[in-house]
Amino acid sequence: MSKQLLKGNQAIALAAVQAGVDAYFGYPITPQNEVPEYLSKYLPEAGKVFVQAESEVAAINMVYGAAGAGKRAMTSSSSVGIALKQEGLSYICGSELPCLIVSVMRSGPGLGGIQPSQADYYQATRGGGNGDYHLIVYAPESIQETIHYIKEGFDVADIYRNPVMILIDGLIGQMMESVDMDVPYTPRKLPEKTWAAMGKKYHSGQNVINSLSLNPDHLEKHNLDLQAKYNLVRKNEVRYELINMENPDYVIVAYGSMARIARSAIETLGEKGIHVGMIRPITVWPFPKEAFAKIPSTCKGILVVEMSLGQMVDDVEIANRGKFPIAFYGRAGGNVPDPTEVEQAILNFGKLVRL
Amino acid sequence: MIKYQKTKGLSDKKTHYCPGCTHGIIHKIVAEVLEEMNLLDNTVGVASVGCSVFSYDYFNIDMEQAPHGRACAVATGIKRVLPDRFVFTYQGDGDLASIGIAETIHAANRGENISVIFVNNAIYGMTGGQMAPTTLEGQKTTTSQLGRNHATQGNPIKVSEIFSQIDGVAYVERIAMTSPQNYRKAKAAIKKAFSYQLAGKGFTMVELLSTCPVNWGMAPADAMKWIDEKMTLTFKPGVYKDIDHD
Amino acid sequence: MKEHRLTFNNEACKGCGLCVHFCPVKILQLDASRMNQAGYPLVSVTDIKKCIGCTFCAMMCPDSVIRVESIDE
Repeated sequence: MSKQLLKGNQAIALAAVQAGVDAYFGYPITPQNEVPEYLSKYLPEAGKVFVQAESEVAAINMVYGAAGAGKRAMTSSSSVGIALKQEGLSYICGSELPCLIVSVMRSGPGLGGIQPSQADYYQATRGGGNGDYHLIVYAPESIQETIHYIKEGFDVADIYRNPVMILIDGLIGQMMESVDMDVPYTPRKLPEKTWAAMGKKYHSGQNVINSLSLNPDHLEKHNLDLQAKYNLVRKNEVRYELINMENPDYVIVAYGSMARIARSAIETLGEKGIHVGMIRPITVWPFPKEAFAKIPSTCKGILVVEMSLGQMVDDVEIANRGKFPIAFYGRAGGNVPDPTEVEQAILNFGKLVRL
Repeated sequence: MIKYQKTKGLSDKKTHYCPGCTHGIIHKIVAEVLEEMNLLDNTVGVASVGCSVFSYDYFNIDMEQAPHGRACAVATGIKRVLPDRFVFTYQGDGDLASIGIAETIHAANRGENISVIFVNNAIYGMTGGQMAPTTLEGQKTTTSQLGRNHATQGNPIKVSEIFSQIDGVAYVERIAMTSPQNYRKAKAAIKKAFSYQLAGKGFTMVELLSTCPVNWGMAPADAMKWIDEKMTLTFKPGVYKDIDHD
Repeated sequence: MKEHRLTFNNEACKGCGLCVHFCPVKILQLDASRMNQAGYPLVSVTDIKKCIGCTFCAMMCPDSVIRVESIDE
C-alpha cells in the first residue's frame, strides 16, 4: 500500500498504462489536458502508441481503427469534444468493438465554460450518435474509484465488444487526492479477439469490421443481437452504492462529485435528527433501477441533486414508477453546490422545485 | 500460356459498379499488385464511403469500413498498432477531399506509413451525381445545375498538387485511367507506392482520374475520352512528389 | 504468328464495350443477340486468328471477364 498525492487526470493516465492500453489517441481540451500530456510521456516509454490527433473526430476514428485491429485503445475529452465523437461511437457500437472513452464534464451548452458540470449525462446515456446503441457508462465519485473503473472498464469493453465510458466531472479530473495506484485489480476473464481485422494470415477466413447492411432483415437481426447483448450488460454489470438506507426519511440520488457533496449534507442532517439515505449510481448506463425497489415505504421523498438542470432525474422518475414524490435541485454554468444547499433542498423538500 | 487472367486478390463476387466504371479496373490493379507483392495475407485495407463502400466484398483481404472521410484516421489507428502490416485506404473525391480533407492532410503531415488510392471522378457517384470538390468549372451536376461557378461554389481542388507540398509525403502521382498504357502506368505507380510503404518512407498516394459514365451521362469509352480531353486540363497527370528522385 | 484463345466469363460481363473500344485489331463486338442472366449484351470475337495477344481487352475490362492465353506448340 503506497499512497501518493495525485491529480485525477494523472491517475487516469497511470491507470490506463497499468491496464495495458496499447494506444491513446486524443486532442487537447480543458479540463482533461493532463491525460494526453502524461500519456505522451508514459506510452512511448512503455513502447506503446500515443498520437495527438488533429481533432476529436480524428481521435475517435483512430481509436476505431486500432480497436478493429484487435488492440486496447482509448481516448479522452470533455463535453464539446465528446459531442464531436458521436458519429465514431455509433460506428464502434455498430461494429461491436471494444474501447474506452474518458469524459471529463465541463459546463455547456456550446463552448460553455471550463468549470465542472454533470450536464453531459444525457450525452453519455442517451447518446448523440445515430441508431439503437448504448455506451456502458461508469460514473466514479473519487480518483481511487476512477482508477478501478478504468481497469475494469477495459475488461468489460472486451467482454461485451462495446465502448465503455468513464464519466467524471472536472473536479475529479483536476483535484489532487491521496490514492494508491497499487490496489490490486483482479482482471476479468476475456475472450480471444478472433474477429479482429489484422491480416488474413493471423486467423481463418476474411475478417471485416463493418456496420453497414442494406438488407433490412439482416440489419434488424443485427440490432436484435445488439439488444440481447445490452440485456446481458443490464443483467450482469449494474453497479451502485447504498448509503444509510435503514428507514430513511428522504433518499438522495446523486453520482460523482455530487454524491460526495451529498455525503456531507447527509452527515449534517443526521446530526439534526433527519435521517437521509442515498442511492449512488456507479453505472449510469445501465441505470440501477433495482436499487429503487429497496427504498422502504416510510420514505417521504426522493431528492435528485445534479450539477445540471435535471438529466439523471428522468431515469430516477422512470425507476420510481410514481411511487415516491421526487424533488430536484441543481446548479449550472460550472457552479458546484455546497453541502448547505443540499441540506436546504431536503429541509425545504418539494418547495425548491425542478427548474 | 496464360497471358492475362483474373487476380486472386479479388473475390468471385460480381461487383455492383456501373458498366464501364473505372472502379473495376482500379480494384483489379490494386489486387494484382497486392498478389504479386505477396501482401494479400498481411494487409488490412480501409474501405471508405462512396460507390466503393462495398470494396470489402471484392478485395480478398481483411478490411475495416471507415466513416465517411475518416479513412486516413482509421488507417493511422491500424498502422500505429500493427506497424508490420500493410495498410491502405481506397477513397473517392468526396470522401478524401471534402469531408475527409483534414484527416487526409494530417495523416500525410504525420508521414503515416500508409498508401492512399484516390479515385477522382469529379462527382458524387453513390448519392446520384452531386458536385464534388474536384468537379470542374462549368461542369453540370445535380447541385450545380447551371454548371459549377467558382464565384459561389469554389474551384476544383488539386489534391496531388496540395499533397506534394507536405513534408511527410514520400510519393504522389496522378494518372488518367483511360488506356492500356495508362493501366500499366497506374500499376507501376501503385507498386511503387506500396513498396515505399514497405520501406517505411512515409505517406504515399496515387490519384487516378476516373470515369462516372452514368452521372456524367456518357458511354464508358466516351467518358474516358472526356478525362483525356477535359479533366487533364485541370488535373495534369504526372509525378508530383518522389522523395527518391526529387 | 502465334494463335491466341480468349475465354469469357459471360455472367460477369456488363456489356460496357471497353474491350471492343480498346482492341487494336478490332476483332471484338457487342452482340445484342446474346445476353447473360443480368440482361447485358455479350461480346463476340469476329476473327480469333487476328488476335495479337496484347491483352488490352482483358486489362481494360472492369469485371475481369476475359482470360487471354497463347496457344503454344
